Amino acid sequence: MDKTFDWLNPFASIDLGIGEWADGIKGWAMANRSVIQPLKGFFDGVIARIEGALQAVPPVIMLLLLVLIAWQAAGRRVAVLVFCCLVVLGLLDPMAWSLAMTTLAIVISSVLLCVMIGLPLGILAGKSDRFELGVRPVLDTMQTIPAFVYLVPVVMMIGIGNVSGVIVTIIFALPPLVRLTSLGIRSVNPSVVEAARAFGATPRQILFKVELPLATPTILAGLNQTIMLSLSMVVIASMISVKGLGNEVLRAMGRLDAGKAIVGGLGIVMLAIVLDRITQGLGRSGRQRGHRHWWQTGPVGLVAALLQKRN
Amino acid sequence: MTISPQEDVIRCEGIWKIFGQKSQKAMEAIRCEGLSKKDIRERFDCVVGVQDATFSVRRGEIFCIMGLSGSGKSTLIRHINRLIEPTAGAVIIEGQNVNAMNPRDLRALRAQRIGMVFQNMALMPHRTVRENVAFALEVRGLPEDKRNAVAAQAIEAVDLTGWEKKYPDELSGGMQQRVGLARAIAADPTILLMDEPFSALDPLIRKQLQTKFMELSAELHKTTLFITHDLDEAIRIGDRIAIMKDGVLVQIGTPEQIVTEPADDYVAEFVGGISKLDLVTAARIMQPLAQYNQSHGAGDVTAWPVAGPGDKLNTLVDLAVGSEHPILIKADGAAVGVVTRRALLRGIQGREDQSQPQAEAV
Ligand SMILES: Nc1ncnc2c1ncn2[C@@H]1O[C@H](COP(=O)(O)OP(=O)(O)O)[C@@H](O)[C@H]1O
Ligand SMILES: [Mg+2]
Repeated sequence: MDKTFDWLNPFASIDLGIGEWADGIKGWAMANRSVIQPLKGFFDGVIARIEGALQAVPPVIMLLLLVLIAWQAAGRRVAVLVFCCLVVLGLLDPMAWSLAMTTLAIVISSVLLCVMIGLPLGILAGKSDRFELGVRPVLDTMQTIPAFVYLVPVVMMIGIGNVSGVIVTIIFALPPLVRLTSLGIRSVNPSVVEAARAFGATPRQILFKVELPLATPTILAGLNQTIMLSLSMVVIASMISVKGLGNEVLRAMGRLDAGKAIVGGLGIVMLAIVLDRITQGLGRSGRQRGHRHWWQTGPVGLVAALLQKRN
Repeated sequence: MTISPQEDVIRCEGIWKIFGQKSQKAMEAIRCEGLSKKDIRERFDCVVGVQDATFSVRRGEIFCIMGLSGSGKSTLIRHINRLIEPTAGAVIIEGQNVNAMNPRDLRALRAQRIGMVFQNMALMPHRTVRENVAFALEVRGLPEDKRNAVAAQAIEAVDLTGWEKKYPDELSGGMQQRVGLARAIAADPTILLMDEPFSALDPLIRKQLQTKFMELSAELHKTTLFITHDLDEAIRIGDRIAIMKDGVLVQIGTPEQIVTEPADDYVAEFVGGISKLDLVTAARIMQPLAQYNQSHGAGDVTAWPVAGPGDKLNTLVDLAVGSEHPILIKADGAAVGVVTRRALLRGIQGREDQSQPQAEAV
């Protein structure tokens, strides 16, 4: 390309140096790594502990536990489905269960952080039109920007590994939780809020006694979305050295190894079905449960009923 | 502090509410230039909800505000517990200016001294009947056993005992509104604000609830501001009635005054279809005894049926059917007036008997 300025194609001859500017940020990030490292160490520790706990439980016990949770949250039919999915997952490969637990640990860490960040943001957005207006384009960007774009800067600043994997996952999985929390708060019947005000409730009491309980089904739908999106990031996260089922898929791609691809892919699908069904069950309203409290149904209800019969 | 029966519990002084961005400017323009509502809408893009409402409600009184939908009733009643800030004017409750209260005092006022019932019930769907009723107590931080005991009383007062653990959507509309009523009286407030509480209900259920409410009200002696769009309901329930039209209180008076002396054509048209039988008293249609004697000559009144000046037309009709004579009206044992058949018939029609000069209304 020659140096003369072409009016019909001005872009080819203008160089604002954005690439170099970004490289400058990279240099700054490299130089300041020491600040980030302790934080990274802390989160690495947390993730490792979650994974350690999941791996320490014998698969059969873990399987039973998940089935019981599914029964409690979503009923007997879902519990059967979860049982089948988990058995399929375990039978895929001798290593599949362990890989799934590693992936689960990353998903749990990401989702926990998503909730800690997303819930307050969602509440703020639900309460303030200005905040909602400001946060919406940010959320749009987070969801539309390809993961590979922020993969690089995140790795530059933090380095490869689980922490970067979690951060990348959060960027992708956070928006629906914020959006649906805000939507849930906004769609609470205003006359019920007015009644709470008329009986002397403080803004805090209105939030915790009226708005959040009534927004819970919507918030749980957001949580379900966030979990699903977290799971869908595991293959991409494995590119920055996150272990687990995603890594199997990545390695299978490199070697065109169909067996590994199936183990990884099916494993992710099974895990997705399990998590999806359990969280969807959580989101059902009290009416659908026949107005019974959660402790009156499922295994807990059964145990409680048995205890009561004995007394 | 001595409480006189005439003491004002709620006093509204010149309440204006203008909705819109430029409400203050619109208010100034109204003050200085006397603009009409239409001008305000065109020049400031504001809606006048309530226009210079001044009234007071006495202790123990049931004060009805009657008006068609959109006349500003809900807007006005929400000023009493300051769910809405007035553009101008003030609300005084038991001598305290509500609009000058800090948030804390205001919440205490709402939780302890004012109970409110809403047209659409506005119950909390995620709470049981008991939890709904106990809400004002819970907000105040009362321990659970105590507030449950109080809630049980309120629930009993509205005949819902046994339904405590149900959720609102398991109840019929009438029962839901009884929960709303129980919630309003649970904290034993001095004031009840009722915004068309029975309007959404079927006529039969409405009548039942009106009766229930009047029983409760006679028992509890709450100062009540009662909103309705139904004149029959207002007359049935209210000690005094205010008629509201397009944000203005056009007339305030007892049911009898409203029906017999409508302030303008609007009110007159409204009350035209109302039966006078249970409203108008003998005192209003009687002719002084002396006047009667002048035109008819003093006769023997011993055979005449006797009624009191406060007796309603209905009673007088019963008496007139059983006798050929006019009805003698006696107050404290002394004969004060006479109601002729002619005057009685005219009274039922809501018109005056033109052939005879009328007695002054008492
Ligand atoms: N928040 C608001 N903003 C603008 N206009 C309002 C608002 N609330 C009420 N209004 C207007 O005020 C008038 C009175 O409404 P309202 O008090 O609800 O009447 P009512 O209870 O007698 O049916 C209506 O014309 C309505 O459109
Ligand atoms: Mg209304």
